[in-house]
Amino acid sequence: MLTPARNSKELRSTSSNPLYIPRVKTKAGTRAFSVAAPTLWNSLPVSVKSEACMLHTIQSRYSDIEGRLVADLGCGCGVLSVGAAMLQCGGCVGFDIDTDALEICSTNLQEFEINNVDLVEMDLGCEQSVLDTRWSHAFDTVIMNPPFGTKKNKGIDMLFLRQALDMCHTACVFSSQDHNQKDKHLHYCCFHQHIGKKATEWGVSMEVMAELRFDLPATYKFHKQRSVDIEVDLIRFAHNTTSRTKSYCLQNAVD
Amino acid sequence: MKLLTHNMLTSSIIKGVKKGFPLGIAATDIKVSEVDFNPDFIKKMIPKLEWSAICEAAESIGHLDGLPKELAPDYETDEDFLKKAHHVIMEVEIKEGDLICPETGRKFPIKNGIPNMLLKEDEV
Repeated sequence: MLTPARNSKELRSTSSNPLYIPRVKTKAGTRAFSVAAPTLWNSLPVSVKSEACMLHTIQSRYSDIEGRLVADLGCGCGVLSVGAAMLQCGGCVGFDIDTDALEICSTNLQEFEINNVDLVEMDLGCEQSVLDTRWSHAFDTVIMNPPFGTKKNKGIDMLFLRQALDMCHTACVFSSQDHNQKDKHLHYCCFHQHIGKKATEWGVSMEVMAELRFDLPATYKFHKQRSVDIEVDLIRFAHNTTSRTKSYCLQNAVD
Repeated sequence: MKLLTHNMLTSSIIKGVKKGFPLGIAATDIKVSEVDFNPDFIKKMIPKLEWSAICEAAESIGHLDGLPKELAPDYETDEDFLKKAHHVIMEVEIKEGDLICPETGRKFPIKNGIPNMLLKEDEV
């Protein structure tokens, strides 16, 4: 019923996985699922589409979501939690420190009539918040789009990763990194090497599943540009003992 | 908040608290909503849960709903039991109330189904 849009030439929009919208003559025709669904999909912001594609990849390649207990660290308004529920996770718990974001998340969950997602207001950025508690290894999978770990929150991304690995068997980390600096290549290369080194130190395997690019509009006062292109990596970490994939993959640089 | 989540929460982040588990529940609003039954998921979850804490929590809010307090050795094949377990851990939700630390009595408020586990700086 749904087919990808095909263009004779490679367009910029190709990377956002647009769907083909069938032509219809009547107004009633636009309400058909085969027309309404791709129209809605194509109108979504790129960031939402790429997150949806990522979750789909996590599920189809590793079956890490369906029937699993999933944690979403720093869930915000719940894009990943909603996605996990759509892919029929057994249950999902979203954690965030922000009351307002959790309110919005709760409204979103109600709107989608999702009732197997629970939310908890907790500070994951503090050293020992989750460690040594009942959460350790309780989850099958952790999905997260962690804070950037720049400016005031330096190092918080690694703290989130550490928490995630303590909580689960497999962690799927949807890591975002701002590469818009002048020393772009250097920064990128260092970031991967740094994470790779940490992964070896912690005894987990790491695999870069996808690299994507989307633009992020200015949200904070200290953002000087109206929007920046950021590169986002989808990285999967797995504990060596429980993992089926023992591959260790570290991509060094963008040429 | 579901009892599944309650079973994972502790107050051990408070300074001086050793175990902080299980947290007491003082519920003012409880909602039961239907969740799709997935027997495999429930089977996998039960060994991870502290069963006595589940029963204690369910009883304290009056929703034990016929759940046996002892796990039978053949629970994996008992469909009726799995359905009851599913109902208690996934469908019963605490919407409003407080979670209470068993050691210090510190209250963690639950608002709109979301427990607030944040602490003040001097409590950590």
